[in-house]
Amino acid sequence: MELKPDPGWCAPEVERELPGLSLPQTTIEPVLGRSLTGGSTPAVLARLRHLSDRWRGARVVNVRSEAVPATYRVLYRQIGLDPEQVRTPLEALVLERVLDGGFLSRGLLADVLAIALIDTGAPVWALDDERLQGPLGLRLSREGEPFGRCSGAPDLRQGRLVIADSAASVAILFGALAPGHAPDKQTRRLRLFSVQPPGVSDLHVEEALWQCRSLLAAGG
Amino acid sequence: MVPTDTRLVLTDGVFTAQLDAVDVPARHADPGERGARDTLRTQIRRLEHELSMLIVGAFPHVRPRDQAAESLGGPRLLSLGELERVRDELVDELRDVERQAHERAEIERRSRARLQRMALEPAHHKFARVEARDVGGICGVWQVRPRFGLLGMLAGWWELKLSSGCP
Repeated sequence: MELKPDPGWCAPEVERELPGLSLPQTTIEPVLGRSLTGGSTPAVLARLRHLSDRWRGARVVNVRSEAVPATYRVLYRQIGLDPEQVRTPLEALVLERVLDGGFLSRGLLADVLAIALIDTGAPVWALDDERLQGPLGLRLSREGEPFGRCSGAPDLRQGRLVIADSAASVAILFGALAPGHAPDKQTRRLRLFSVQPPGVSDLHVEEALWQCRSLLAAGG
Repeated sequence: MVPTDTRLVLTDGVFTAQLDAVDVPARHADPGERGARDTLRTQIRRLEHELSMLIVGAFPHVRPRDQAAESLGGPRLLSLGELERVRDELVDELRDVERQAHERAEIERRSRARLQRMALEPAHHKFARVEARDVGGICGVWQVRPRFGLLGMLAGWWELKLSSGCP
């Protein structure tokens, strides 16, 4: 089952400064009748246990030197995030694995996103597709811009790198999703997206998105 | 002033940043400034890579600096001055980790030499101890002990033994 994600868009000022950075995304319809925020299926739980066995101390220590996580560390530095303080997605997850003694289940959708991240090194986020307008892209936040389109949404600081659709910012790059845009019990369609810096191959990102799609489309 | 030759020089195991101070707002960048920022980003990539390899190679005896770098306020496009600051902090951190790795290597070199002397002449190093982790091991202690306890002590039979001590 081939998956060719939409590369998304990038505002000119971002493209100029961070050439090659893209936001591959795809839309999927998870199996109905199963809550995305509810408990995981036995198959997903078994996969998490299997990955917990594969990720032990030595590999956790070495993760920062592996090619894909290292590329995200560099991007973090280049956009003003210190990866020793704000951990990259994979490093944060494997650190939790060490502290918790395994990859713990946090609900079906969270587990599927975690499996894709652990397997490929490429992070994937999910948004409720029905609350989005058009493709997602990367741009800078504007002065006084609200974070999301919910009433009472907090204002963003100007000049932050955000994920946005055609109408509003819906997530901070490598940060929080805007209020009201995270998938919930009513979500029928998901927009999955990743952040692909130059140096991370299409293969990794497509594999991450494909894993999410196959696990959710198969009901886990 | 826009730097035309920005590079890092390694002298006696220490990186020295050679870049003139510049700070021009990012949004009005001319091609020269853009080139300088590209150079800084390349330096950041290389420094981050070297730092990670050094930390992984010398784990658990070296660690990155504990104190947080001054926050730049979330993900954003950095100005030339900010990129320079990130680069300089990486240079400092790399120096610090290199110093720790060097000190650690010196401890291990001395411990190995001592262990060798203990192995060659145990009777001259009665009850001397060397931690296994100080000679590249994980746990346990090398110790010169008398063979057969009190009898060996009286007879002068000494040997070098590794006691496990591993959890």
